[in-house]
Amino acid sequence: MKPILEVRDLQVNFDTVDGTVHAVNGVSLDLHQGETLGVVGESGSGKSVSMMSLLRLIPQPPGRIVAGEALFRYGDQEVDLISLKKRPMVSIRGNRIGFIFQDPLSSLNPLMTIGDQIRESIERHTSRRGTEARKRVIELLDQVGIPDPEARYRNYPHQFSGGMRQRVMIAIAIACDPEIVIADEPTTALDVTVQAQIVDLMNRLSEELGIAVIWISHDLGVVAGIADRVAVMYGGTIIETGSVDGLYAHPRHPYTVGLLGALPKLHINEPELVNISGTPPSLFAPPTQCPFEPRCPWAFDRCRAERPPLEPIQSASNETHLSACWYDLENDRPRRRQA
Amino acid sequence: MQRYLFSRLLQSLLLMVGVLILVFFLVRLTGDPARLMMPRDASPEELEAFREAMGFNEPLHRQFFSYMGGAAVGDFGRSLHYRAPAMRLVLERLPATLELALAAMAFALVFAIPLGIFGGSRPGGVWDTICRGVGLIGQTVPNFWLALMLIVYFSVQLRWFPTFGRDGLRSLVLPAIALGFFPLGKFTRLVRSAVLEVRSEDYIRTAYSKGLLDRRVYSHHIFRNVAVTLVSIVAVQFGYMLGGSIYIESIFAWPGIGRMINEAVQARDFPLVQAIAVFSACFVVVLNLLSDIAYALIDPRIRYEA
Repeated sequence: MKPILEVRDLQVNFDTVDGTVHAVNGVSLDLHQGETLGVVGESGSGKSVSMMSLLRLIPQPPGRIVAGEALFRYGDQEVDLISLKKRPMVSIRGNRIGFIFQDPLSSLNPLMTIGDQIRESIERHTSRRGTEARKRVIELLDQVGIPDPEARYRNYPHQFSGGMRQRVMIAIAIACDPEIVIADEPTTALDVTVQAQIVDLMNRLSEELGIAVIWISHDLGVVAGIADRVAVMYGGTIIETGSVDGLYAHPRHPYTVGLLGALPKLHINEPELVNISGTPPSLFAPPTQCPFEPRCPWAFDRCRAERPPLEPIQSASNETHLSACWYDLENDRPRRRQA
Repeated sequence: MQRYLFSRLLQSLLLMVGVLILVFFLVRLTGDPARLMMPRDASPEELEAFREAMGFNEPLHRQFFSYMGGAAVGDFGRSLHYRAPAMRLVLERLPATLELALAAMAFALVFAIPLGIFGGSRPGGVWDTICRGVGLIGQTVPNFWLALMLIVYFSVQLRWFPTFGRDGLRSLVLPAIALGFFPLGKFTRLVRSAVLEVRSEDYIRTAYSKGLLDRRVYSHHIFRNVAVTLVSIVAVQFGYMLGGSIYIESIFAWPGIGRMINEAVQARDFPLVQAIAVFSACFVVVLNLLSDIAYALIDPRIRYEA
């Protein structure tokens, strides 16, 4: 079956007074129906920008989508989100693709009841009006686990706790039965216990409603708990992607190896956590080499000369484990040049 | 909401008492009130008679209580110049001043809100340039000069509007523009910067992520949040207009409180000045109370927390 979302070579720049920032440098990924894809990376790795660019939610200017396509298939339609005209794009937002943001307090309008904020989306995209739209809102509030939804309908965001606000955001995202929900660090601003509840809720909803989820996070642990597949981003590009099990057990990119090594483990008594030395790359220069090369212990001359493409790892039994590295970590030697 | 209203009302009352006390002592701090109020060449006998008539020779605390007692029922003594109760004179002039202030405010808001929104929604665009121009000119052109220029051009040369007086809608146009020009500049700048600020809020991104159209995002999300800032400034500005209208009312011979202040000060009509001072303070306090109420109506966080 064809993926419902196919992103190819997405490139996004930001024009600043100091020059052009190459925030996203050729991101490609597939998303299949009903699956959850975790996108991990540190701040500035381009994970939020690339996903927001899919719905063209980045401010333009200064943002600029330079290249790429994003084929989105729903029903029997296929559209390219990047080249789509404004009007049809706007009717996909919140309708076929929902969005959940990081900080639920600042992401909800303080002057509007939460009921109205959910209802707005329903009235925009469906034929439900008045009491019918209201009924749907109450149904949604119930679905995301907000107790006493009839009364809560009239409440304002400041009257909710952080976790409850994020449930409201989820209700907004799923209000119109979307195919995809993009969740941008939805648990980062929450307490750990509340994080677990939100992860559970999203797991349940995506299963019940068959929604494909793109879960952006910097937290490898959270992603392990929710995602089927993971894409690791570094310097505005995906450097490794694979199933959660495969990638966590056998990381094939030095950056992923470093990330997983930096994760504290409860079952082993480690004397010290490993850290990745150096700093993230400057994104002012257009990418011509491997972005991780300056920090990579395995780097050799080819890494400085050519940018490694995202390719299936050579020894892998499954075809979905891809890595962008010139070095074959498994056999501890540079990758052979392909003809 | 009731508690909020009650506490605001109580604060306003306390503020009014404070103003009354301040006015009472300011008059006496400047020295002998009789000398202050009587003409410079008044004879000692005249001064004594005046003190007797005004009660200035009584002990201070008794003066204070009779002053406060009078204030409680709106009695601020009689105007020396008009020989009529001072507060009644002020109230008689109120409709003219209100009419002018409201017209000026309406003029300012009708132009400032759309200008500010258009400007703020496309920073750097044509509307934004116009918007910033209006903001700058509005806040830098002195209104008495503008008033004179308006008269020269529209009244004297074009003969569209009367040069002075209060005689129907046509006579209201020029003074309203002259008085409303400063707030026009101020509000335009304010709305523009508020739109710019609100536009970059996270909840606006959420609104767009819901697939809402610009029209809806502006009317339901941006403007309501801009209104919170606007309401408080409008109230303060309305209070300033009473003061600013001294020039405008004098230039256009507009029979309002502003012109009366001018006359009262020149005639050393102290009871009248006192009455105007108390009334203006009262007016500003009421305005602030109204803006607090409007504020609470727009912003639920205030409504529920207080």
